[in-house]
Amino acid sequence: MSTRKLILAGFGGQGVLLIGQIISYAAMYEEKHVTFLPSYGPEMRGGTANCTVIVSDDPIACPLADSVTDLMAMNLPSLLKFESAVVAGGNIFLNSSLIRESPRRSDVNVIPVDAAGLAEKIGNEKSSNIVMLGAIINKTAVVRYETVEKVLAEKIFTGAKAGLLAKNKPALTAWTE
Amino acid sequence: MKPIFEYTKGMREQDTHYCPGCTHGIAHRLIMESLDERNALGDTIGVCPIGCSVTAHQYFNVDSCEAAHGRAPAVAAGIRRAWPEKYVFTYQGDGDLASIGAGEIVHAALRGEKFTTFFINNAIYGMTGGQMAPTTLLGQKTTTSVDGRKKEISGMPLRVAEMLSTIDGAVFVERVALDSPAHIRSAKKAIVKALDVQEKRLGFSFVEILSTCPTNWGMTPVKAQAWLRENMIPYYPLGNFRCPEEVK
Amino acid sequence: MSEKVLMKGNEAFGAAAIQAGCDLYFGYPITPQNELTEYMSRELGRAGGTFAQAESELAAINMAYGGACAGKKAMVSSASPGIALMQEGFSFIASAELPLVAVNVSRGGPGIGGIQPGQADYRQVTRGGGNGDYHIVVYAPYCIQEAVDLIIRAFDTAGRYRNPVIVLADGMMGQMMEPVVIPQIRRQSSASEIAAEKPWALTGSGGARDRNVVRSLWLDPQQLEDQNIRLDQKYQRMKQELPEYQSVDLEGAEIVFTAFGTVSRIASEAIRLLGQRGIRAGMIRPITLWPFPYHAFEQIDHSTTKLIVSAELSMGQMIEDVELAVKGRKPVRLIQRSGGMVFTPAELAARAEELLSQYQ
Repeated sequence: MSTRKLILAGFGGQGVLLIGQIISYAAMYEEKHVTFLPSYGPEMRGGTANCTVIVSDDPIACPLADSVTDLMAMNLPSLLKFESAVVAGGNIFLNSSLIRESPRRSDVNVIPVDAAGLAEKIGNEKSSNIVMLGAIINKTAVVRYETVEKVLAEKIFTGAKAGLLAKNKPALTAWTE
Repeated sequence: MKPIFEYTKGMREQDTHYCPGCTHGIAHRLIMESLDERNALGDTIGVCPIGCSVTAHQYFNVDSCEAAHGRAPAVAAGIRRAWPEKYVFTYQGDGDLASIGAGEIVHAALRGEKFTTFFINNAIYGMTGGQMAPTTLLGQKTTTSVDGRKKEISGMPLRVAEMLSTIDGAVFVERVALDSPAHIRSAKKAIVKALDVQEKRLGFSFVEILSTCPTNWGMTPVKAQAWLRENMIPYYPLGNFRCPEEVK
Repeated sequence: MSEKVLMKGNEAFGAAAIQAGCDLYFGYPITPQNELTEYMSRELGRAGGTFAQAESELAAINMAYGGACAGKKAMVSSASPGIALMQEGFSFIASAELPLVAVNVSRGGPGIGGIQPGQADYRQVTRGGGNGDYHIVVYAPYCIQEAVDLIIRAFDTAGRYRNPVIVLADGMMGQMMEPVVIPQIRRQSSASEIAAEKPWALTGSGGARDRNVVRSLWLDPQQLEDQNIRLDQKYQRMKQELPEYQSVDLEGAEIVFTAFGTVSRIASEAIRLLGQRGIRAGMIRPITLWPFPYHAFEQIDHSTTKLIVSAELSMGQMIEDVELAVKGRKPVRLIQRSGGMVFTPAELAARAEELLSQYQ
């Protein structure tokens, strides 16, 4: 892998920025170059949220991406807004729990993930975003599982939230092809 | 022979540029003398306003700076955070404090800034040549209210001491006047108490000093003192509005 | 000790200021720089400094003026309309010759404008919105690491020249995250060190010296003219000593971009895209916007360069300096977006290619 460019998008509150940050931390732990560029402003308050994450073995010139290798769409507006940005042969990770429609693109890999269903199955309904993250890692190897587990333990589920680590770890591997 | 009155070390030996009969000189002396009496001249930083007293630092024998128009309380807040153990004061006129700097003085009071503001209220803009101030009295003629201040156009004169005394952080608020020896003695006492409040770090202290501007009022110094007494004091009553137990 | 951490730009700016020895920070909420104010409220006190939230940007800059008068390392931050409100203070501080560092995380304008990234503050920060003959040093970092390094340098430059320094970032740089190294070098000067190093500072005379005065008013015209001449001599020295830039692939370039901050990152990518199409492109990236590195343009390869492009997130402001530097020797054209719209690398490359075709 030399460079992966990801757009992660969804409703505010679906934890898409958190997923972007987890990937960014993990990439840094793996001594890769990384940029995390979030959308900001009033749209963050309950509207749509998205971020662009670039992970590369080489220094990253531009944190903006014309086209991306991977799109995580947590809701329909995100799919509609960003599906055209995915390069031919790229991946669209679709939150199929919420999105009934199929992408119009036929030149990309569509990976439907029943994030809510799988999260419920492992007994942690709030872990839909981590389930999606697991699917992204499984398909793209943008970062390694072990590194993400380390990030979850050291950066995310710390202090008062430390107890949530054990409940979220299984979400990472809940999705398989 | 024992001297009964001396030039205070707080004032530099220099003639002032103030007009004959102006009470800035008295106010300067009372403040500097009060600081000298507590041996604090070397531990004091003053902030001068925009107005006639912009160069008061020529006369004050303490470290001083100038502030942009109305911003002295913000500048003093910065200095106060730099040197929490020093005495810090602002010296501001009514255009500076009650008009363009109304926001800064209110917020200094509400934060309970531990400095003292001396507010020279002479009901007019002095340096710019006698324009109407927020404190100009109803009917008072100025160069921007040639027929006298009208309530319908300019509202009623602002009573700053009363307004600030509604703010919890302003723990010491008093209004004094410089029109007579008795009032000057009371003014000195209020200044000393305000500095006591600062020394004890009790909160924001504020002394409003009713002053004369014979030049822009168009009066002799003696008439100006009478005008202050007869017109300003009835609208701006003298007295203490707030005083903490610790300095009573 | 100094390890790589993943930080949001705004927080890294604060961390850098703390390491640079910032004693006092004054701020007022405005998007997109709020995380910087919040970071300072959380961290500066723990590091032995003092944070205060002012009632307005006007008060914030004047509090910083007070802190700087007192000899402390003072800082403010804001975003475009807030910086506009601070202009009175910048003029005053430059006049009184005080060190001050300001970070401007800029957004779209004019007026309240918008909150997405913009570079339309170029004139505001390089020409000054305040009155009188004064200049402010402006650093324009292109990534978070350079921003950290330049903020640390900004405190040094401000102190050395006793002059305000603005670090101009933008909303994108403030909001994005990148791994960054924050050098752990914090040291605050003691009261006696300040009195010794800054003999002009208002520290209280302690009876040991004459009283100090920090002033901006010179009623005697001759005195003011003398003061202005003295200040100008300092600015001329700064023009000699401070300009900085980075040049990229100028040799053999057909097209040379001029871009600062975030746009220079987009331009780097555009240069790569143009290269794929067989077009040789280069870039001059000013690191100081004032003093502007005019001499950098002497390095342009005149035998190959057909066009110089000023790429900006404004209706075209830096282009005036680029034209001054190019002196009519080559065509200078503008590629811009504004209002918070940002061109993508592909868009920039395509527009540059189209412009270039007009000069073939």
